[in-house]
Amino acid sequence: MKHTISLGLLLCLLWWILSGFAKPLLFSLGAISVVFTLWLAHRMDVIDHESHPIHLSWRLVAYWGRLVREIVVSNLQVLGVILSPRSNKIEPHFLEVRIHQPSALGKVILANSITLTPGTVSVDLDDDRLLVHALTRETGQAVREGQLDAMVPGDVEEVAA
Amino acid sequence: MMLAAAGVAVLVAMGLAMVRAFLGPTVYDRILAVNSFGTKTVLLITLLGAMAGRADYFDLALLYALINFIATIALMRYAGSGELSREEGEDA
Amino acid sequence: MSLAEGVAGLLLISGSVLLVVAGVGIVRFPHFYTRLHAAGVIDTLAAGLFLAGIGVLFGATLGTVKLLMIFVFLLFTSPTACHALARSAWLAGLREPAATIENAEDSKSAGEPR
Repeated sequence: MKHTISLGLLLCLLWWILSGFAKPLLFSLGAISVVFTLWLAHRMDVIDHESHPIHLSWRLVAYWGRLVREIVVSNLQVLGVILSPRSNKIEPHFLEVRIHQPSALGKVILANSITLTPGTVSVDLDDDRLLVHALTRETGQAVREGQLDAMVPGDVEEVAA
Repeated sequence: MMLAAAGVAVLVAMGLAMVRAFLGPTVYDRILAVNSFGTKTVLLITLLGAMAGRADYFDLALLYALINFIATIALMRYAGSGELSREEGEDA
Repeated sequence: MSLAEGVAGLLLISGSVLLVVAGVGIVRFPHFYTRLHAAGVIDTLAAGLFLAGIGVLFGATLGTVKLLMIFVFLLFTSPTACHALARSAWLAGLREPAATIENAEDSKSAGEPR
């Protein structure tokens, strides 16, 4: 129920931002579409802590801050590789790492972050073993050392039970 | 002026993505190129909005980003299995 | 030219440069898995700079909020699409001849949050 209300509020805000209208008729149309979307989501049974993780929003914001820095750094590394005239700067390799996220949500966040960072793409996830493709030794370094793994908020699994 | 320059850059990048889409060699290369092409289209539409000075274009860009994502997933499914619909439980 | 226009121009031009360079990468890189990385540059930094530049032009309006939403949406979908591509290519048996598979099992796990 908590998640349904939170999702409803989010949808109202979204509708208002996207339309920018405040007339009664349009407002009621918006309300109808919000209720319809909630009903659809309920019917699909997708409203839960995973699709709508309100419990960790603030920790995630801090995590995103660090992720942005990672992304910028690795972007510059990949650009350097593209622009380098010699082709031997590319050393593609696959990395198989063990990840330490106990919950499915934590695994998803980690794998998505690794993919989002240019220079590393998560290819396959099997239980706690993640297969990562890295462009060079340099870009693969952060994954090899498990830096992102340690950065994912630790309270992800608490509510997942 | 700078908007026009940025637009030319987007078009050049789109052309490069098209080259990759034609060269292939695997179907995954082509899907990647098409997906990348779609992202650039989103950027081009927002640029058009900035040129026209109207924020309405951004709605179109958002919609295009949505369609682009769904199209990529659908294309990949089609490339993988040759069909777009799968019965429940069949998905391994 | 006002300050906002100057900043916007700077962001747009650097975004444009990134776009073209990443486009070159998509054409130039030797194998599918390596091309994924070049496409990743477009989805993250280039798109971010572009949308930030246009956002500066529009100032604090509803349009800027929409641009932010486009960016957040790209950040959520692009790794999903990218991973789905890489995984289906992997499962379909596409391998990169030059690449080695390295097992980094016991490299490091210190500094864990729990």
